[in-house]
Amino acid sequence: MSSQPTNPFAETEEERRGKLVENLVGISTLLMTWLLIIPVLAIIIFLVYKAWPALSIEFLLDNPEKKMTAGGIWGPLIGTFFLVLVSLIIAAPIGILAGVYLNEFARDNWLTRFINLAVVNLAGVPSIVHGLFGLGAFVYFLGMDRCLLAASCTVAVMTLPVIITSTKEALASVPMSFRVACWNMGATKWQTIRTIVLPNSISGILTGVILQVARAAGETAPILFTGAMISSRIADSGWEAMVPYGLDDRFMALSYHLYIISTQWQNVPESFKFGTAAVMIGLVIAVNSISIAFRIYLRSRKKW
Amino acid sequence: MNYQIEFRDVSVSYGKDVALRDINIQIPKNEIFGIIGPANAGKTTFLKAINRTLEFIHSAKTTGEVLFDGKNVKQIRNVYGLRRKVGVVFPLPVGLPMSIYENVAYAPRRSGIHDKQELEDIVVRCLQQAMLWDEVKDRLDMLGTKLSGGQQQRLTIARALSHSPDVLCLDEFSIAIDPVTTMKIEDVLVELKSEMTIILVTNLVQQARRLADQTAFFNKSELVEVGPTEKIFTSPDNQLTYDYVTGDFG
Repeated sequence: MSSQPTNPFAETEEERRGKLVENLVGISTLLMTWLLIIPVLAIIIFLVYKAWPALSIEFLLDNPEKKMTAGGIWGPLIGTFFLVLVSLIIAAPIGILAGVYLNEFARDNWLTRFINLAVVNLAGVPSIVHGLFGLGAFVYFLGMDRCLLAASCTVAVMTLPVIITSTKEALASVPMSFRVACWNMGATKWQTIRTIVLPNSISGILTGVILQVARAAGETAPILFTGAMISSRIADSGWEAMVPYGLDDRFMALSYHLYIISTQWQNVPESFKFGTAAVMIGLVIAVNSISIAFRIYLRSRKKW
Repeated sequence: MNYQIEFRDVSVSYGKDVALRDINIQIPKNEIFGIIGPANAGKTTFLKAINRTLEFIHSAKTTGEVLFDGKNVKQIRNVYGLRRKVGVVFPLPVGLPMSIYENVAYAPRRSGIHDKQELEDIVVRCLQQAMLWDEVKDRLDMLGTKLSGGQQQRLTIARALSHSPDVLCLDEFSIAIDPVTTMKIEDVLVELKSEMTIILVTNLVQQARRLADQTAFFNKSELVEVGPTEKIFTSPDNQLTYDYVTGDFG
């Protein structure tokens, strides 16, 4: 009766220290995460602030005029659009089919491991090297000359490894037991892939492809030697303004345009440079947002 | 006599690990054939050797002959046809990520049945045989993966029946199913015997005793003993078998 009952939940020294470390880790990881946001916000705010005087619908829809000191960025904008479009038309089927082969058909042997190693290494190749490769392979060896097609092929090669890798990962996320169940019912591998595996991994695959849009639109080096040009006379309105470049034409592109007006040309208003950069960043953010929204939508329909 | 399934000196190994050693077994038609034995005895490998799904395991190597209806399965050129003739239910329930209806209609569609009425008849019949019909008849368009574990397992059984197999392989089918439903399915299995041969791998030795005409005891990749179920359970030739069926195994 006289002695106090001991508290069964009393803290030991070890638990006290554990709690302290727990709090420290929580706070420091939170801080680091917040630090990430600072550069992103800083870049966007700075760009938009500097670009504000130039930003308008006309800036988007007009062609550059008077040695790029007036007008807008329609020519480069539409050029980037077609560059991305053509490169994806080339890279997406090849990358997705290669991913399907590697994940669904390939046996685990030295050849498969070699191919996987090649894909990983291709992803690590600097973009300027891709540019030089494109110059040698497409422009000279295949005789395409510098044109939209050669640049698109080069960009396609650059985006392939990520498309292949994301396809493989998306396919691998479909449980093996689904495949086994189908095989046991006498379905062929392809029937299983078509009816079960692809419908349930398409969101992951498309996310990977969409993320490569941003990359294809942003890189300058691969198109530097393979088809981009400083300035070309294109129509200001009508059908020809919508499709100003053929596959065998050289073309303007946003990334290259920005590089030129920032370093090579005099008397370009500062707001034009920042305006071009802001439009590029805006495009990248827009595309990424679409991909994230798409992923959320498809994930909400996840079937298991 | 023409057996439904016959194993002649069949051995299977995964790399260095032997999964089945010199198995000789004959399974007559229209019989429930029970297989009992502790974990890692080679029971599941035995089933995979029948419909050649061992081929999906690249390290698996098979010697000897597996005969299906008198034909060596290795020489069957249309392996998909062979797999349609064998329905398999694995221990873990797998609802495919599609509607309940499509789960059951999947195999018939693959084999070329597209007539709506015919498909519907198959779906209804198989779900009834798997004792799932009453629970899902009002929501056939619900995702198969959203069913409970026990329901998914019965869906798996319905799928295995959907391609009208000659042999139904049940690998511990009742693990996820409640005892009452299990008994109902056991009754169905006895009825199904007139239409097909059933191979029943089970950890519940009493289930084998209740259902099987013959029972085989596997242990450590080998077939220890096979014989009429009553004999295996009352007066087996092998001491190991006796210990196992009386629960004295260890």
